[in-house]
Amino acid sequence: MPEAASLPNEEPLGGYQLRVVREVLLALLARESSHGYQLRARLALALGPLASALNDGQVYVTLGRLEKAGLLSSRRVGQTDRPDRKEYELTPAGREQVEEWMRDTSWRKSAPAEFHLKLVAAAAAGLADPVGIVDQQRRELLIALGQAQRAALAEPDGSVAALLLEGVVLRLQADLRWLEACARYWNSMEER
Amino acid sequence: MIEPNASVLSARGLSKEYGKGAALVRAVDDVRLDVARGESVAIVGPSGCGKSTLLYLVGGLERPTGGTVQLAGEKLEQMPEARLARLRRHALGFVFQAFHLVDELTALENVELPALLAGASPGKARRRATELLEQVGLEDRAEHLPSTLSGGQRQRVAIARALANEPAVVLADEPTGNLDSAATTEVLRLFEQLHAGGQTLIVVTHDERIAATADRLITMRDGAFVDETQLTGGTARSITEIAGLEG
Repeated sequence: MPEAASLPNEEPLGGYQLRVVREVLLALLARESSHGYQLRARLALALGPLASALNDGQVYVTLGRLEKAGLLSSRRVGQTDRPDRKEYELTPAGREQVEEWMRDTSWRKSAPAEFHLKLVAAAAAGLADPVGIVDQQRRELLIALGQAQRAALAEPDGSVAALLLEGVVLRLQADLRWLEACARYWNSMEER
Repeated sequence: MIEPNASVLSARGLSKEYGKGAALVRAVDDVRLDVARGESVAIVGPSGCGKSTLLYLVGGLERPTGGTVQLAGEKLEQMPEARLARLRRHALGFVFQAFHLVDELTALENVELPALLAGASPGKARRRATELLEQVGLEDRAEHLPSTLSGGQRQRVAIARALANEPAVVLADEPTGNLDSAATTEVLRLFEQLHAGGQTLIVVTHDERIAATADRLITMRDGAFVDETQLTGGTARSITEIAGLEG
């Protein structure tokens, strides 16, 4: 993740924090200026069923912080039937951040190394049965996969959020296949 | 009469042995299984663990060497072959990995065949088959021969055929084993729809996606159950947590 991550990101409000919210908001403003409500709507469309728990204030709070950090500028736009709204625009510094994010290839770490070490340590210390640990993890992931798969099936044809859910499903499938390999290995160790 | 929540299928001490002496193989070893009406059960395990054999035993396609099976209130073990065949036709629907459609018959004719074999009038069988093809989204393929359909479409025809006589239980053996990811999604969607409609479903599978969407998952090894997990009905994590967006 680029350096924008150095901005504080604690929220007093409920809902989850989207880790890349700063980067996404900046990027969504790269072509044209926009306002908070519209940005939030675009984010919600991309996330589909995952957007329901999205922290409602996060977009607005983050926009304020990005402006303070000099990555965005804003101007008030009068509306006839409603209070003025704030229209945000990307600054050159903000554009630089967006370009950096687009080039960034860091990938959030996945579980294998940590889980693998847990199994090795459990077996070495005689703390717990590695096969039991694998089974327990497998149950968790299967329940999660079932939920993700059902959520994906519930999306209408052509939904962009279905693509996100497909990624979640594929990742869980891969993790489950690896757990199967773990079970095979630790079962064979027990049988020796 | 069967109570609404009673098991539609029960097996006790179910065993299937092949060979003798040192060459004895226990393909299915003392299995106890109860499947509730409307439940979907997935059975997984490594190749050769006995999961397909178990499916054939509870479906009356093979005779056990030990134990009992009760299906829709009837005991299978002492049933003469002709009666067993009739019970299979009326109470069960089978779905296989290789589809097993009749190549010379159209999709519609394949689907109406079980109803005709069960003694339904041609008109009634045709109406039911048309309805089922609609249910699996293939009404526009009714006159197509299986060879002109994609793998996913063929399996949907096979699933429609399995439903022809309103079976108490649908038994599926690796239904997505020959299908790519997109066609697997078609089958998943259909199974979800059947499950929502109260259809009892037992699926033997290698596919994590099919396994994960069942109510209950049974893992077999060396002919026996080594794990049974209730997948639905518990406290679920939020989808945002699963997607790694929180937690």
